[in-house]
Amino acid sequence: MTTEAAPEGPLALQRKDFVTDQEVRWCPGCGDYSILAQTQKLMPDLGVPRENIVFISGIGCNSRLPYYMNTYGFHSIHGRAPTIATGLRVMNQDLKVFVITGDGDGLSIGGNHLLHVMRRNVDITIVLFNNRIYGLTKGQYSPTSEFGKRTKSSPMGAVDTPLHPLSVAISAEASFVARSLDIDQKHLIATLERAARHKGTSFVEVYQNCNVFNDGAFMEFADKAVRADRTVRLEHGQPMLFGKEREKGIRLNGTTPEIVEVGNGVSESDLWIHDETSEDPVLSFILSRMHWPDFPEPMGVIRAVERPTYESLVQQQVDEAIEQQGEGDLDALFMEGDTWTVE
Amino acid sequence: MSTGDGRRRSDSQLDQIEELDRVTIRFAGDSGDGMQLAGLQFTNTSAVYGNDVSTIPDFPAEIRAPAGSIPGVSSFQVSFSSYDIHTPGDQPDVLVVMNPAALKAHLGDLPKGGLLIVNTDEFTEPNLRKALYAANPLEDDSLTAYRVVKVPVGSMNARALADSGLNTQQIDRSKNSFALGLMFWLYERPLDSTIRWFEEKFARNPEVRDANITTLKAGHNFGDTAELFPVRYHVAKADLPPGRYRNITGNAATALGFLTASKLADLPLFYGSYPITPASDILHELSRFKNFGVKTFQAEDEIAAMGSAIGAAFGGYLGLTGTSGPGLALKSEALGLAVMVELPLVVAMIQRSGPSTGMPTKTDQADLLQVLFGRNGESPVAIVAPATPSECFKYAIEAFRLALRHMTPTVFLSDGYLGTGSEPWRVPRVDELPRIEVKFAKDPDTFNPYDRDPETLARPWATPGTPGLEHRIGGLEKADVTGNVSYDPDNHDKMTRFRAEKIARIANDIPDLEVVGDESGDLLVLGWGSTYGANLSAVLRAREQGLAVSAAHLRYLNPFPSNLGDVIARFDQVLIPELNLGQLAMLIRSRFVVDAATLNKVTGRPFLIAEVEAKIQELVGSKVKV
Repeated sequence: MTTEAAPEGPLALQRKDFVTDQEVRWCPGCGDYSILAQTQKLMPDLGVPRENIVFISGIGCNSRLPYYMNTYGFHSIHGRAPTIATGLRVMNQDLKVFVITGDGDGLSIGGNHLLHVMRRNVDITIVLFNNRIYGLTKGQYSPTSEFGKRTKSSPMGAVDTPLHPLSVAISAEASFVARSLDIDQKHLIATLERAARHKGTSFVEVYQNCNVFNDGAFMEFADKAVRADRTVRLEHGQPMLFGKEREKGIRLNGTTPEIVEVGNGVSESDLWIHDETSEDPVLSFILSRMHWPDFPEPMGVIRAVERPTYESLVQQQVDEAIEQQGEGDLDALFMEGDTWTVE
Repeated sequence: MSTGDGRRRSDSQLDQIEELDRVTIRFAGDSGDGMQLAGLQFTNTSAVYGNDVSTIPDFPAEIRAPAGSIPGVSSFQVSFSSYDIHTPGDQPDVLVVMNPAALKAHLGDLPKGGLLIVNTDEFTEPNLRKALYAANPLEDDSLTAYRVVKVPVGSMNARALADSGLNTQQIDRSKNSFALGLMFWLYERPLDSTIRWFEEKFARNPEVRDANITTLKAGHNFGDTAELFPVRYHVAKADLPPGRYRNITGNAATALGFLTASKLADLPLFYGSYPITPASDILHELSRFKNFGVKTFQAEDEIAAMGSAIGAAFGGYLGLTGTSGPGLALKSEALGLAVMVELPLVVAMIQRSGPSTGMPTKTDQADLLQVLFGRNGESPVAIVAPATPSECFKYAIEAFRLALRHMTPTVFLSDGYLGTGSEPWRVPRVDELPRIEVKFAKDPDTFNPYDRDPETLARPWATPGTPGLEHRIGGLEKADVTGNVSYDPDNHDKMTRFRAEKIARIANDIPDLEVVGDESGDLLVLGWGSTYGANLSAVLRAREQGLAVSAAHLRYLNPFPSNLGDVIARFDQVLIPELNLGQLAMLIRSRFVVDAATLNKVTGRPFLIAEVEAKIQELVGSKVKV
């Protein structure tokens, strides 16, 4: 590059280019602000022209996010964002499509669509804000609320067993599965970037604090003071070490994970070496079931495997049909089968 | 036009050919007996021969109800004629039954003196019991009112195929071809079209191909030699307008129409759909058209199908989904979203009997009000409704034309009778068809997401990928012009009225309602959708009898053609026959404050001409002009 030429065009964008003139209306202190900020910061780095970025959401506090992104945006209806994203991506593969959803939107009312978009591997990035509560409707329990959770709609405690979002994603054949935390800004933007660069459906669960209806839901392990001891950063090809001094590790005993102190005969090579590319989903699944206080909460990319995207396969069939049958001739198609002429 | 029973003696009795101007045949048998196939082949052959044809299949919802049972009976009725006909016939002239259950289920529709062709081989003790016959009707005098021709179809077929190399079961499956061959002989039809079809259909299975051709010919020869029939019948070619023709079902015409709209608008077509009777054939058809660039998406459910079509429309493509009544109920919320975001897309709605699962393979017109009003809030959509199977082509194109020009979801409202019925289609040439103009917003300096075209009130279509037009849409109420979220009370009132007015102004863009018959008179028979054939035929008969009756048929249900009120006002009475309990009638009464008479039926079957005729007689029969 010559020194005279300043960078031009879409790649010269900055965070402010992705900020809209709309007033952000989340409650003060909401974890959504951080996710929005990291998302806006990430955009210029993706190298995608702004007009080719689309944010699609459903309903819920999280789903307001598209209004605050100066890209194309669609704030749709409850749970259905993946369906709109699918129709759009199948027809236009130049677009970078994000789906913004939450634990209620994605796992309750929209559970079916979430399953199917992931198994098809439509090339979109799904960010699921998990605050384990219904915020917009003012405080009912959600599909990720803990068993026994007392809320406005469960005064004696919820009797519903919660879902593990990452387990759902892995079982639904998602090709990219990760987790991050609203207040861990560096980790969040790095995780979102990995997800955005993945070809196929990338699914990111973000632990997000609702300071009004479920304050401190994740603080037992998310608080900076204890985070190093109570979460484990996953890094591909690296042993699972955690603790302030990286003195603890996860070892696999068959398919049972266990916490061990490193040293005293346990070396790093004895630990579980993270392999996000493993075709076998069993190890990913074990990670998705590890939760505080039994284990440190795994953070980062759990799974990242390559397989063809849905829309590329659809396009391939169109291309093959044209190659085999030639470009469609409508007049010939009209006259398919038995025809006759009346003079 | 003939209105009688269509029988006319030929001048010469020597060749023992009787000249008829219309014949209606019903093939009935077990659902595994191939009656639909036999009926379709008879139809195609008659159409190619030059008759006008009209068909109605009738099959059970179960893939295989218990063999030999009455619920397992499947039938196909074809009417063919030497003149222009509008229905598949009220009653069959000929009933072909392949087993006792078929006889039990259909004999009631055969008029006395009708020709009854019976496959005697299936009239065994167990089969008679399954059909709830205490005694064999072929052996008592219960059928003396009919001209019964007993043919051992099963054993004749087996004998014809003894050397075919097929096993007994495979051989038995070809017996419909034997029966078809016999019917071809009786009505002087050539075999070549069906033979060609076998050659294509079973190209990879030569034994089955040869067996079907052999037994088809055997059935034909059997007619020649068995002397079971004193005469053969001839139905001359119909005097159809000049052109190239093929026989087509409504659903096939619908799929071709949507494909053609894609060509005329020069926009790729996306079809998102969840399989549902009787709309699935549209999915099957469109999924064959990949070399036209069509992308079909079999969604996880009806909601996803609707959502995906919205996504395609948002992207600037032809977004299409298809369904039937229960599916539309599921799509309702998302269709409301399409209304709110004012994107152009089409919902192909092929009605069936409801409510709930209802009778999936039977027809109804009982979803008109669901389509019009089945969403929360004031949520208007445009609605077009074809009247005949071949018209489905034209109105599928029209649905997209309106959607694109007026930036609105548009419902293409068909039904099972139209979708599965067939008739000759005069095939157009693509270059004869008017192009559909599409405008995309491009200019960032003048763009506002909810600006409106001063004439149509349509908002601009700005699609992702267009630099400088980045904007957000959604289900929350939008501020006028800017499209920002707005809770302003006056804005909501204004936007609600815009959405209503935008649909109302479509009336300026559609043709006036035409009247068949005099422009004024004692009675107007006003219909919509698949009742067209019965209504028109009944009106034409009434006019021949001197009654001052006219017919008009609505192809546009929202908005109505702008002259509808004037047309109604020129008649003393209006009669609205519908396959529901009076849905269009409710709309007409409230909109025009007229005391419309109704004729309603919800049997899952279309009107007979005679039913509409009787109602006309009841209303104005005493007013015969002298």
